[in-house]
Parts: sequence; structure tokens; C-alpha cells
Amino acid sequence: MNSETAVQVVNLTKKFGDHAAVNEVSFTIKRGEIFALLGPNGAGKTTIIKMLTTLLKPTSGTVRLCGYDVQKEPDRVRALFGLTGQTAAVDEALSARENLLFFARLLGLSTQAARTRAVELLQEFSLEAVADQPLETYSGGMRRRLDLAISLITRPAIIFLDEPTTGLDPRTRQQMWETIRKLVAAGATIILTTQYLEEADALAQQVAIIDHGKLVSLGTPAALKRKVNKRKLLLTVANPTQANAARRLVKAVLKEPVQRTGKQIMASLSDVNDVATVLNQLKNEGIIIANLEIKQASLDDVFFAMTADKTSKEGK
Amino acid sequence: MQNLRKHLWRLLANTRTLAYRNLLKTWHNPDQLLDVVVQPVLFMLMFSYLFGGAIAGSVHNYLPTLVPGILMQALLAAATGSGSLINEDLQQGVFQRIKALPISRLAPLLGQLVADSLRLLLAATAAIVTGYLIGWRPAAGFQWVIIVVGLDIFLGWTLSWIFVLYGLLAKRATMVESMSLMTMLILIFLSNAFVPVHTLPPLVRFLVKINPVSYVITASRTMLNHGYWSTSAWVVLLAGIVVLLLFIPLTVFVYNRKD
Ligand SMILES: Nc1ncnc2c1ncn2[C@@H]1O[C@H](COP(=O)(O)OP(=O)(O)OP(=O)(O)O)[C@@H](O)[C@H]1O
Ligand SMILES: [Mg+2]
Repeated sequence: MNSETAVQVVNLTKKFGDHAAVNEVSFTIKRGEIFALLGPNGAGKTTIIKMLTTLLKPTSGTVRLCGYDVQKEPDRVRALFGLTGQTAAVDEALSARENLLFFARLLGLSTQAARTRAVELLQEFSLEAVADQPLETYSGGMRRRLDLAISLITRPAIIFLDEPTTGLDPRTRQQMWETIRKLVAAGATIILTTQYLEEADALAQQVAIIDHGKLVSLGTPAALKRKVNKRKLLLTVANPTQANAARRLVKAVLKEPVQRTGKQIMASLSDVNDVATVLNQLKNEGIIIANLEIKQASLDDVFFAMTADKTSKEGK
Repeated sequence: MQNLRKHLWRLLANTRTLAYRNLLKTWHNPDQLLDVVVQPVLFMLMFSYLFGGAIAGSVHNYLPTLVPGILMQALLAAATGSGSLINEDLQQGVFQRIKALPISRLAPLLGQLVADSLRLLLAATAAIVTGYLIGWRPAAGFQWVIIVVGLDIFLGWTLSWIFVLYGLLAKRATMVESMSLMTMLILIFLSNAFVPVHTLPPLVRFLVKINPVSYVITASRTMLNHGYWSTSAWVVLLAGIVVLLLFIPLTVFVYNRKD
């Protein structure tokens, strides 16, 4: 393990009774990277995060953060990371400022340093105006911001974010993305979990897709998209009576399975240059098209292709 | 050695911060102190005026028996509160965050229990002051009142650890409350706190005699009324220490195992 590695997970397994919530998962995260754990409800994302942050003892496997074994040196490891869990971990009985002061003092800052850092974070997360109000009056978004602010008190090298944008409105989500990018620019390594494919696509350098506790796929968003049937060509004919003729033609040119729904025809497209041939032949046959579209595979496609039960695959 | 000192220093600092947080919570939300103070006042008034005549001939004659009983009862009631408080804390997400911090593993529980000793002190003060106001005077002098309050608070504090263990093991705060209330009622009413033991049927008398609370109350009465530190007092002190030695490691272990 070299100094460029922030997190190393080897054959990590967690069993609750007979049920393996996490099953032989391995991955490595480089320093300064955003790593996304992507998976549906109950996939095992939170369980993985808990094992990486010393909150849950693995059934087997090892986890190292910056070279320190999570189980052998939990104290060292705890000093390395900040954690924002899936549910807000703020003290409801205290104000935002009191929360920050309390955690700063626990983390070993002096009273004066704690005050200064609290003010900085309150500013950074636009919580100054409400800093001394009881948390009951906070909105969900404000609570999440405070939660994140608390995890950043000591400017940790590794930051865990368990579903940081679930339940946020689109604008607040954008702000959260900005914050995450800023943290990485400042040198942090980020491990986040999400159910949103676009989020992993927009933020992460590496995406691990988790389903039923297993790592089904690991790679850059681009590589994952390449794995799934690449691009798709979408044609809409103007006249429904010509749809079948168009379907046969596209199939002959692209040599790929073609789907037709009403006036729309869809096929996988491996070489973009084939589009010219298709268009030429359509013109020769006198088939008029209303629309043409080339769709890049989204992470959604990757996700469904990888996590769907193998039995439900469409017959070719 | 260096390492041990560092750990101890950190334990103290963390405990202070966590205790401060608990006090701050109480400061924001003082009504949780209400029953701790109101209960001993109410019980002292009701018991003395309702049963004083029947049990001891007059209210005034009953007070030397009653005050140590109510004092212990108040402390037991305050101690049960620790269990529900810790359980409430566990339900909150903040518990997860505290556990993932590089702090001493003992500090979260110790922090709460240090803050709780203040509640115990408040309960004891309420009991003693009410007793004084309705005419009770400690025969052996006030220095013995301080010693008795000290011993009783120590015992209440050790019992807090047991109630905290309840709080950690129970699923819901309401369950902790009812279990604690039941334990408290049995301990206090099946003792010599309010009634003379010789009037009881043999089986009940046996139960009362083996009840640890009876020892505390006997010891308190001896000190308050006759001014000396009896064997019962030693038994109480020793029992308290044994409970601490047993329950602190056990409770800390359970706390750190929770997820
Ligand atoms: N303490 C526990 N005891 C028993 N089973 C558990 C426990 N914690 C989690 N599980 C199970 O482990 C599986 C994975 O749960 P986990 O919370 O890690 O999923 P997740 O990917 O975070 O889901 P979500 O998107 O809903 O947060 C689930 O089947 C869950 O029921
Ligand atoms: Mg989860």
C-alpha cells in the first residue's frame, strides 16, 4: 500500500445472522479522489460506511485508512476522517453554534480555537443568521449543512458522506455538489453513497455499484458506460405505415437487435458513421423521418443492466 | 507511563466537555429537573402529615424516621432518570457521531453521569430543606447531614450506573421509565424507609432486612440521630464500590458494543 492510497478495503464482509449485508467487497481509493458507492435501498452502502468508520465490526476482511488498520488502531483512524451519516447527527437540544463548539472541544480544540472555527464554519455554510436558534426551527437542508459543518471541524483528510443529498431540493443539491468539489480541491478524499446515478456521474472519479451486498461493478463513470451497450440510435418515422420498413432497414445496416414502439425505432450504435448509411438508405426507400437522436448510455443504463435480475433481460 | 498520562488527561478533558453538554441541555430544557425537586417536597409533606400520627404518634416524632427515607427515595428517583436520559441520547443520531470521534471510550458515559450527580445533589437538597422547614432538626448536628448526603449521593450515583445499563439494553425510553419506576418502588417500599420493621409479617420483614436500601437508611439514621459511622455505613460504602467496579466496565462495554 503506497502513500497515494487513502482507503483500502479487502474482502470486506458483514453478516447479520445468516444474511450477508456486505459480501466480499474490495476496492482502493486514491488520495484526492471522489469515490461513489451506488446502490438501491438495502444494498449495503450504509453498512460499508459504518465498517469503514469504526462504527461496525466487520465479520471478515480488512479496512485500512491511510495505512492504519481500522480494527487494530481505531483511535488513529478516528482522527483521520469526518463522517456525515445518513441521518442527521446533530444534538437537537443545542443551537448550531453550541453544536460546533461542543464537537470542536471534543476534538481537542482550545476554547478560543473552537470559537474561531465555529464562526468560520457558520459563515461558510450560511448558518450565521440562525446560529443561536434552537434546532427545532431548522429546515432539513439547514440541519444537513450543520451536520456537514460539524464533520469538517478538523479539516479531515478523508470525508465520508452517506447519502448527502437525499431529501434536498435541486438547488440545495447543487450547492452540496459545489461544497463537495471545493473540499476535494482543498485536498480531501471523499467517499459518498448515493442512489442517484447522475450524482455519481457528475461527481465521482470512481463508482462502485453495490447490489445485495455485492460489488457488481467498479470503474470510472466513462468506463462503466462503455461496458453497457454504448450509444443508442433513436429514429422516429413521420408515417406509422413506414415504421416496419424502417425497422428492417436499420437492422440490416447496424446488424444489431432493433426495438420498435409505435413510430419509434431504437437500436444500439457501435459506429457513429453507420448513421450516414442509414440515412442514405432511408432516403432511397422514400421513408421520411420526423426525428433522429443519438443517446449516450447514462449511468442509469449501466445501473439497470448490472443490478437487474439476469432472468429479466430482454430476449434477443 | 507517558501514554497513560495522555489517556487520563484526554479522559478528563472529554468528560468535562460531555458533562458540560449535558448541563447545557438541562439549562435549555429545565423542566426535566422539575420532578427531581418537586417529588421529594411532595412526598415529605404527604408522608409526614398523613402517616406521622399513625406511625409515630405525631408529625414531629415521625420526622427523624422519615427524613432519611425520603432522602433515599429522592435519590433513587433521580438515579432512575439517568437510564431514560441515556436511552433518549441513543435514539438520537448524535450518538453515532460521538462514537466515531477520537475520544476516550469511557468519556460519553462518564460525562453524563458527572452531570447527573448534580441532579442527585438537587434532589437531596430539596428533601433536606423541606424536612427542615416542617420542623425536622438533625439530633447529631449538621456536619452529619453533610456526611449522610454525601454517602447517599454516592450510592445514588452507583445505582445510576445500573439504571444506565437498563437504558442501554432497553428498546424504548418509555420502557426504561416503567422498569426503573418499578425497581425504585420495590426498593424503597420494601425497606425500612417509612415504617417500623417490627410491625411487618415475617416474610416481608425478611425481604426488608435483605434490601440494600434498608442498610443505607439504617446507616443514615444512626448518623443523623446518634452521630456515628456504623457498620451499616461501611457495608453501604463497600457495596457501592463493588457495584461500581462491576457495573462501570460492564456498562462501558455494552455502550461501545451498541450500533
Ligand atoms: N443492525 C442490523 N441488523 C440486521 N440487519 C441489518 C442491520 N443493519 C442493516 N441490516 C441489513 O443489511 C442490509 C443493508 O443495509 P444498509 O443500511 O447498509 O443498506 P443501504 O444500502 O444503506 O440502504 P439505504 O439506501 O436504504 O440507506 C439491509 O438488508 C438491512 O436490512
Ligand atoms: Mg443507507
